[in-house]
Amino acid sequence: MKRTPFFDIHQKAGGKIVPFGGYEMPVQYAGIMEEHKTVRNAVGVFDVSHMGEFFAAGAQALPFLQKITVNDVSKLTPGKAQYSAMCYEDGGIVDDLLIYMLAENSYMIVVNASNIDKDWEWMKKHCPSEVTFENKSDGTALLAVQGPKSLLTMQKLTSADLSSIPYYHFVQGNLAGIDMIISRTGYTGELGFEIYFDVRHGEKIWNAIFDAGKEFGIAPIGLGARDTLRLEMGYCLYGNDIDQTTNPIEGGLGWITKLAKGEFIAKPVLERTKADGPKRKLVGMMLHEKAVPRHGYPLMASGANVGVVTSGTFSPTLEKGIAMGYVNAAHASIGSKIQIDVRGKFIDATIVALPFLKK
Amino acid sequence: MNFPENLKYTKDHEWIRIEGNVGTIGITEYAQGELGDIVFIELPSIGKKIETGQAFGTVEAVKAVSDLYSPVTGEVKEVNKEIQDSPELVNKESYERGWMIKVTLANADEVKNLLDVDAYKKLIAK
Repeated sequence: MKRTPFFDIHQKAGGKIVPFGGYEMPVQYAGIMEEHKTVRNAVGVFDVSHMGEFFAAGAQALPFLQKITVNDVSKLTPGKAQYSAMCYEDGGIVDDLLIYMLAENSYMIVVNASNIDKDWEWMKKHCPSEVTFENKSDGTALLAVQGPKSLLTMQKLTSADLSSIPYYHFVQGNLAGIDMIISRTGYTGELGFEIYFDVRHGEKIWNAIFDAGKEFGIAPIGLGARDTLRLEMGYCLYGNDIDQTTNPIEGGLGWITKLAKGEFIAKPVLERTKADGPKRKLVGMMLHEKAVPRHGYPLMASGANVGVVTSGTFSPTLEKGIAMGYVNAAHASIGSKIQIDVRGKFIDATIVALPFLKK
Repeated sequence: MNFPENLKYTKDHEWIRIEGNVGTIGITEYAQGELGDIVFIELPSIGKKIETGQAFGTVEAVKAVSDLYSPVTGEVKEVNKEIQDSPELVNKESYERGWMIKVTLANADEVKNLLDVDAYKKLIAK
């Protein structure tokens, strides 16, 4: 089991440590509800250093990434980031990821922790020898600083004008004396930043951010609240909502699947899925009764099984059970009534548009 | 962590306080900590007969769900309505305002089979 550079800090902060994606990670500190509200109302810090960072450089880097991912990488310019996914030939998703264009012919690819080895093998297999392709996951620390007070917190530590960075853009700058990538991205739906830097500076950066955010009530946030925050926004979690058995069209990722960009892996299958219409769709569901839907619970309509919950929780903001799951296309339209089999009890729910939390 | 000496415990992390022929049942401070933030609690109706080791309700936390197992056989005499509106009381005051049900005991001798505080502390130290 691996540890991030912040492991000792998590333990000292009272973090409850659990195995996740091959790492020992904090699932909660003060409690999921309190941490969730800290991010929605103030500012919280997530250690997401377990995620993987690959670097691709060279004149062939762009064609390589165009071939292996579904979004249109040619739309990137230096300083821009893009959400995307990689598929197998059959359309099944290898992983969802972020691509950062660092400079001409130079990209950083950020992947899920539990998929680092699998993604590396898959990408290596398709990578032309002219591309310099490196895995710097172990040497890269990643913190997500998220919440309405994140800008005020982070701006104290850098001369870069953070308020001028648009969503899904980044700068390479100096923060708290360390050179890093400062990105206007996140997995919470709040104003926030993700910063990538050398693991050796982990403790220094962590302490600087917590000193700067003290007046706003900054707190460390665990994986538990990361999950409730992303679920309120309807963001997919690989391994739950999308995996090798689901394709991006079914998984609500049609918006990142650019079929017109030219040839890429899985394009024929995805074109067919789009043309025929997917047989099942990933949808959001809001519960009408007191119950908490969870991964694997069956979805029912008129007594028949029509799908399955892939992610579910109690929404701390809406104070209701919310779920995402795959449902047969006939039952997938917004406003449709459905039932969730919650441990033998059928609970009424409605298919709703994502995100659950309208901001 | 606090485990009152005057209570009896189960290996499933419930506690029971005996007063005459009535037992008050809840979950331990350890159990609430493991579950995390509790959001719903499902309890039986008054008059329901419950048996030792049988599930009498469920606790839904944000991260996990757990059944509640009865430490004794008896009849439900009272349920805590306060925790149905404010389930966080089970996290905050697991032995006081966070109690769950009161049961009229069918057989007071049964209580002897339950864990005392030292045995319970040993169990969770494992």
